[in-house]
Amino acid sequence: MSAIQPPSARVWWKQPLDRIELIWILLALAWCLVMFFMMPYWHVFGKQNLANEAYRTTPEAYMKKANDVVEKYTVRKETDRQIPVIHPPAGSDVYLVARLWEWWPLLELEAGKSYRLHLMSMDWLHGFSLQPENINIQVHPGYDHVLTITPTRPGTYSIICNEYCGVNHHTMSSRLYVK
Amino acid sequence: MALNRMFRTCPTTGLQFHEPSEPLIRANAVAGVVSLLVGGVLALLVLLTRWPAVHLLPADQFYLALTAHGLDMLVFWIIFFEIAILYFCSSTLLRCRLATPRMAWAGFWLMVIGALMNNFAVFKGDSSVMFTSYAPMGAHPTFYLGLILFAVGALIGCFVFLGTLVVGKAEGTYNGSIPLVTFGALTAAIIAVFTIASGAVILIPTFLWSIGLIGNIDSLMYRTVWWAFGHSSQQVNVAAHVSVWYAVAAIVFGAKPLSEKVSRTAFFLYILFLQLASAHHLLTDPGVSSNWKIFNTSYAMYLAVLASLVHGFTVPGAIEVAQRGKGYTKGLFEWLRKAPWGNPVFSGMFMSLLGFGFLGGISGVVLGTEQLNLIMHNTFYVPGHFHATVVVGTTLAFMAITYFLIPVLFRREVMFPKLAQWQPYLFGIGMSAFALFMMGAGTLGVPRRHWDMTMAGNLMPHEWPGTAYLMVGLMAISGLVAIVGGVAYLLITVGSVFFGKRIETPGYRHVRVAEGRAAPAPAQPVAAAITGHGETGIAMAPGTFVLAMVLLVSFILYYFVNWRYLSQVWPLS
Repeated sequence: MSAIQPPSARVWWKQPLDRIELIWILLALAWCLVMFFMMPYWHVFGKQNLANEAYRTTPEAYMKKANDVVEKYTVRKETDRQIPVIHPPAGSDVYLVARLWEWWPLLELEAGKSYRLHLMSMDWLHGFSLQPENINIQVHPGYDHVLTITPTRPGTYSIICNEYCGVNHHTMSSRLYVK
Repeated sequence: MALNRMFRTCPTTGLQFHEPSEPLIRANAVAGVVSLLVGGVLALLVLLTRWPAVHLLPADQFYLALTAHGLDMLVFWIIFFEIAILYFCSSTLLRCRLATPRMAWAGFWLMVIGALMNNFAVFKGDSSVMFTSYAPMGAHPTFYLGLILFAVGALIGCFVFLGTLVVGKAEGTYNGSIPLVTFGALTAAIIAVFTIASGAVILIPTFLWSIGLIGNIDSLMYRTVWWAFGHSSQQVNVAAHVSVWYAVAAIVFGAKPLSEKVSRTAFFLYILFLQLASAHHLLTDPGVSSNWKIFNTSYAMYLAVLASLVHGFTVPGAIEVAQRGKGYTKGLFEWLRKAPWGNPVFSGMFMSLLGFGFLGGISGVVLGTEQLNLIMHNTFYVPGHFHATVVVGTTLAFMAITYFLIPVLFRREVMFPKLAQWQPYLFGIGMSAFALFMMGAGTLGVPRRHWDMTMAGNLMPHEWPGTAYLMVGLMAISGLVAIVGGVAYLLITVGSVFFGKRIETPGYRHVRVAEGRAAPAPAQPVAAAITGHGETGIAMAPGTFVLAMVLLVSFILYYFVNWRYLSQVWPLS
């Protein structure tokens, strides 16, 4: 009986397993378990993990912290819009603001040093996409998401938005300098 | 009111169609194909805009077209067609009257109204919020209301399906257990009920928010619950197209499942675990823990992936056994070489199987791995993955079964038979290449849902490497091939259904099946229960085993290559 007809045997569940199927199922299961344990393994031995450190907050409270950091560590201003470039000390808290349609301020970090990078949106969802490194993080309004990042190679990087955020979504791009 | 118990027996296949169910199956299939037509035109516009060499539409129209493309394809085309499949798998395969045809019509019209209303909202221009409509970005209330009405209609369809199973059992229209294909459809229906319930939980409050009755929708809550609807609805597709694979194996080859127990258990694993996949979309989100992410994104230790690996083995395995039984026993692959590659029902189904396994399946698992998601989230890799699953997998499988349904259900000959032979290849190969190049561009970081990768006019544009442009260009060209295949499908289907040569059956008459009971199939002796296939062991389906090992080895290599990529990016904690 084919698959579009009822099984020929009423008690089909007692039909013994063909060996070839059993071998395949065991191989597949073993592979599934390897993939499963790879994730906890990477949390212990790998270097690229999210700590999932996040706080509920308001745009006003977040903006105030971001402004404080900008006031303290601005080294210069760039572009016609006079966007501040901040050079914060290693290990400090750095606040990046995502809003329609810009990232604010510009960051200048040092290679080999770690920073606590905060990400939050002031309005809709945005996507933090660091290029060409290709690190991509979802940015929510109301959730201050903290990542500890350690830039490895000096250079000029781009931060683009990769979560659709309205009609000017494609204009939301910025820079990040690593010295 | 007296029940209509009239049946039509298909002279070619011997299938019995309950009279009131036939127009319902047809109407749902036609509504699906109309949605595919609209979605296909939009696909062309989206493609020609994303291709930097053409860059057709202005930004606002591009985002509008992309929103409508997602909805018309992922929701309306696929779910209309799935309702047709549910009715076919219950009423027709069980030779049983369809429960409450009037309710089924009510459901159908709700779905039509919902689809029209939603499309209206999008084309009006103030609801370009993408398929996902992430709050707090808001759409016009009719956007959500249309989706809600459509979902209610689909829910009615699921319950008509479940009711028909009850009728079949009560009226004894079949012996023993329901067929495997119906079991797969049942799996799809159960997941669909879960899916629609999740949709209600998120879309109803969002609708109320859009008309001002609720003050705030939390963005993380929205994404978590919305994806229980959004991703689960793709799992409905998986269960549905796997059922179609089994059905095609049975229709074309008379293939018998290798083991009912294994295939049904695999479907059962879908019911238990597939819905956890909402987590796939939240892997880089704040506010959810890694424990939650790991458990859910892996469907609890990849048990649903295990189920797909099992189906990916048992479907070709069953075909191989059937072909070897017909004497195609030479070497490892004579059974496959001598398969009817000129029959679009088979070629479409087999490419759907290969594309879903090699491209969609592997990329999906890699993308859904907690840490690997960091280097892919929201890039072109994501649509690359789901075009391989939903288009090469589901849509191509549905196209394949259409070529069977045109003569059987619509009683028309398939028009342009030569074109029909080529259609699955054009569509399948074009779409596979499209998905592959899209994933390639995603690996280089090119974002999805983005109007202009050149970022011309941006204050601080990012310059993509030349390979990224090459990938996107190749993607666009492959996409055009797939669109030619899609046009061919629409031409053949619409042409055949409306203008195809009628298949006349001499001496045709309606048969009234007494009390709705079809003649029961002769009972099998219990002893038959313990006999499997003649042969056991690898000798039974060696070719399939080799194919499966090729899949497994590619899977393992690709998986670890991506871990290697990840290990090279900036340390994060």
